[in-house]
Amino acid sequence: MSKYDLADDILTEEVAIEPIRAGFGRGLKKAGELDANVVALCADLTESVQMHLFREAFPERFIEVGVAEQNLVTIASGLARAGKIPFTASYAAFSPGRNWEQIKTTTALNDQPVKVVGGHAGLYTGPDGATHQMLEDIALMRVMPNMVVVVPGDSIEAEKATIALAVNGKPSYLRLARDKTPIFSTDKSPFEIGKAYVLRPGKDITLFGTGTMTYELLVAAEILAKQKIDAEVVHVPTIKPLDNETILKSVEKTGRAVTVEEAQIAGGLGGAVTELLAEYLPVPIKRLGVEDRYGESGTPREVIEHFGLDGKSLTKKIKTFVDRAPQYKKGF
Amino acid sequence: MSGQLTIKQLEDKATSVRRDIIRMLEEAGSGHSAGPLGLADLVTTLYFSVMKHQPRDPDWDGRDYFFLSNGHCVPVQYAVMAEAGYFDKDELLTLRKLGSRLQGHPERTRLPGLENTSGPLGSGLSQAAGVAYSLQYLDGQPHRFVYCITGDGELDEGNIWEAAMFAGKYKLRQFVVFVDRNNIQIDGNTEDVMPLEDLAGKWRSFGWHVQEIDGHNIESIQDAVGMAKAIENRPSVIITHTIPGKGVDFMEYDYHWHGVPPNHEQAKKALQELRTLKGKIRHEGQGV
Repeated sequence: MSKYDLADDILTEEVAIEPIRAGFGRGLKKAGELDANVVALCADLTESVQMHLFREAFPERFIEVGVAEQNLVTIASGLARAGKIPFTASYAAFSPGRNWEQIKTTTALNDQPVKVVGGHAGLYTGPDGATHQMLEDIALMRVMPNMVVVVPGDSIEAEKATIALAVNGKPSYLRLARDKTPIFSTDKSPFEIGKAYVLRPGKDITLFGTGTMTYELLVAAEILAKQKIDAEVVHVPTIKPLDNETILKSVEKTGRAVTVEEAQIAGGLGGAVTELLAEYLPVPIKRLGVEDRYGESGTPREVIEHFGLDGKSLTKKIKTFVDRAPQYKKGF
Repeated sequence: MSGQLTIKQLEDKATSVRRDIIRMLEEAGSGHSAGPLGLADLVTTLYFSVMKHQPRDPDWDGRDYFFLSNGHCVPVQYAVMAEAGYFDKDELLTLRKLGSRLQGHPERTRLPGLENTSGPLGSGLSQAAGVAYSLQYLDGQPHRFVYCITGDGELDEGNIWEAAMFAGKYKLRQFVVFVDRNNIQIDGNTEDVMPLEDLAGKWRSFGWHVQEIDGHNIESIQDAVGMAKAIENRPSVIITHTIPGKGVDFMEYDYHWHGVPPNHEQAKKALQELRTLKGKIRHEGQGV
């Protein structure tokens, strides 16, 4: 396997930071340049979700629908019927939070290539509080047949993911975070829908991360190494279709696993990986994320730390798990 | 195929469609009776004298679009499509059966000629509006029209008014919507469940051109469509007054027939009635 190209100095103070949503904004504009059928619809949050770059470049292909998320995706379904590739964006709390049934019936069951872009997802939405910190979206979208679910880890990957989703021909969900977060990938790092990537090889445990949590796992793995725990970090930017092969191959080697997401642990990345492993390779596993509760106000970083999802807190939780859970051996 | 058939011929087709609806529902053993029967004249008129379409080439790129927003009324669309030659009439009897292309509520991916998947109420109008927007603003195709039927009970849904506002804002001139005003929904009369009046005033205030017609008078339907297409700078809604269960005496006006099919005896009686009614369907109050 070729080595994943990680950015330099990511574990230092020098690490570059940028909101993941900014990558989406750039990617959408590029997708618009590549295909005249790409159109963008927004529900009164154009700059917040970074659609203004597309709007400025292609005003005739930008459609404002007002604060109406049900209409947002159903108008898009009609545009797709007329041959367009519609990107719809709002906050994840509202789309897919409010319009799940419309997404299911008019885009997924109807098999139209509407892109649902959920901005401001997760705890990094910070001060806005629980109503706006969407934590259930990964689970909601993952259970929907025909739906592709992508959660980029940083802004560079978000840009690549957006361009890839424009041409995948499928109804798709793209999850974005609001606040500035570290960039760990580079222009040269691979991104393909449906692929997971080993960012750091190890033999004692596999740490699966998605979205903003992958970076925190890189931090945790570095600290764990000093404690003589050799952790493998696997980045899972596509929750559906899940890269079963990469996940199983890694866990076959390490014999135990942890999943981390900035979302409810039920049904999300943790759900997906646990379901896979329970059926094919039942190793000890620990799901980390938000555990059946709602978020709350605070600065983004305060909230992340409050929920124990920063690299240091994760290190402690992972260490505790490693100490109590034996590595699975075949024929166990 | 537009403009070829006489009113009498269209009425005969609508009667034939009603008979197929009864047969389909009896065979299926479940489904909605009142709405489809009430819409038979409208849907027949759209497919046989209004819309540009090619049954043998459902995705023909010069076609007008038809969206059924109230998907539970799909038996009428299936029956009209079979009548028009989209598929063989024998297939109508597979309605709601395992493996059928004629699902209980319409699924676009299963049957060529369907433009959308619907059933959950309130979102067909905006899907249709999306196509109308594309034709008018993105595709430069001013001669193609989008026709959409919504139920009246369906207007309780908030999504409908989001779409109404959208179409009004963008002045979707190639958009012709029919509200099937039959005054019934599952729990009873629409004005008891959730009052809709002043319905015309509501649409007008959203920027729409509004007409009201007798939905069983084929000439009225044709005239109203002609007017709607001539209206230059607004979407058009045609409040289409229909009788639920139209054509079958014991079903007419009775909301209990909203969501149930006829049994064998009832179907037999209904088919007999439709035979005697043939050709007289638009002459209200003249007895049978």
